[in-house]
Amino acid sequence: MRRFLTPLVLATLAMPAFAEDDYIRPVQHPLTQEECSACHMAYPPSLLPARSWSEIMNTLDDHFGEDASLGEEARAEIEAYLVSAAGDANGRRFRAAPADETPLRITDLPWFNREHKREVSTRMLERAGSMSNCSACHRGAERGYFEDD
Amino acid sequence: MTSPIPSLKAAMAAAALTVLAAPVLAQDTSPDQLLSAYEAEAGASADLARGQALFTGQHTGGKPDTPSCTTCHTMDPRAKGQARTGKVIEPLAPGANPERFTETAKVEKWFGRNCNSVLGRDCTALEKADLIAWLSSL
Ligand code: HEC
Ligand code: HEC
Ligand code: HEC
Repeated sequence: MRRFLTPLVLATLAMPAFAEDDYIRPVQHPLTQEECSACHMAYPPSLLPARSWSEIMNTLDDHFGEDASLGEEARAEIEAYLVSAAGDANGRRFRAAPADETPLRITDLPWFNREHKREVSTRMLERAGSMSNCSACHRGAERGYFEDD
Repeated sequence: MTSPIPSLKAAMAAAALTVLAAPVLAQDTSPDQLLSAYEAEAGASADLARGQALFTGQHTGGKPDTPSCTTCHTMDPRAKGQARTGKVIEPLAPGANPERFTETAKVEKWFGRNCNSVLGRDCTALEKADLIAWLSSL
């Protein structure tokens, strides 16, 4: 049943990916889950377009100031998965950034700032360490839930 | 109904035990085994003090945000550390975290990344031996 609903739900979610629902499908690929969760949670692939994931997966030796490189086989497999599940996969439109931009951060997207600017206190941010540390504030983040909590 | 040949039974039981004892995770080594292997590769013996100096020292050759191993693993590797994202890193010293240095591929992957981030180059086999010797002594 869920299977049939998914494309419909996704279609209605276009603008901020979560407008109708607090659920954002988490990573569903074991190798990506394993390799991309050591330094931060494995981010949901639909939050960035395919071009962003490709850029990230081809610059892992200087990944936001760190070396996160992988063997070529694992790197290519993870890139293929992220691209296949990206925010603009299957012909969907990615509206969270202009088509001529390749955002590397979810935390730089306009919707992200809109959602967080007023809601996040300095104390919350201090405790989390970084806005990239989603699961510090959203306890259900790894399972795809970003509801109020 | 006589039982099957006892020795076969015993062999099967032994085989079952072997399967059970075999690592469930990809654990394929130990800190001691890795230490000997790196010493053999280097053709020299590890030195705790050198390992400590490398781990706790501030370096300039690597990426600006990660001048030291202690940036993430703290000055006390028996304690939890923190990635730059705020995510908790379990203790690195095997005395505090028995999962450390038990999986060759994992150890090599992180030496590769972290030595490059901090030093701007790979660690040598002797440096890896020094580091494991010091971390295991804690
Ligand atoms: C060695 C540690 C490490 C690993 C492994 C790692 N990352 Fe990162 N990643 C970071 C750091 C550090 C940041 C920057 C976080 C910050 O600014 O607080 C980051 C940020 C990101 C961001 C941007 C987050 C934001 O702010 O919106 C994305 C996307 C990302 N990583 C994807 C990946 C993917 C995909 C993988 C797996 C191939 C991966 N990362 C593996 C360290 C890592
Ligand atoms: C410092 C705490 C903090 C961090 C870190 C954080 N958030 Fe949030 N987030 C909030 C708060 C507070 C809200 C607004 C209240 C709410 O809706 O939960 C919010 C709202 C959201 C919403 C909207 C939920 C809704 O139903 O309105 C989404 C989606 C979201 N965050 C995703 C993320 C993602 C993805 C990350 C990591 C890249 C992240 N957040 C990091 C605190 C945080
Ligand atoms: C930017 C943060 C950071 C820095 C700096 C850093 N590490 Fe790490 N290290 C990590 C993370 C994250 C992991 C993987 C997560 C985990 O296994 O808990 C890790 C894992 C390791 C492992 C894997 C051990 C095992 O068997 O599980 C070793 C070895 C290691 N680091 C050594 C070092 C050394 C030596 C240095 C200094 C040259 C260093 N690290 C610097 C973040 C860092």
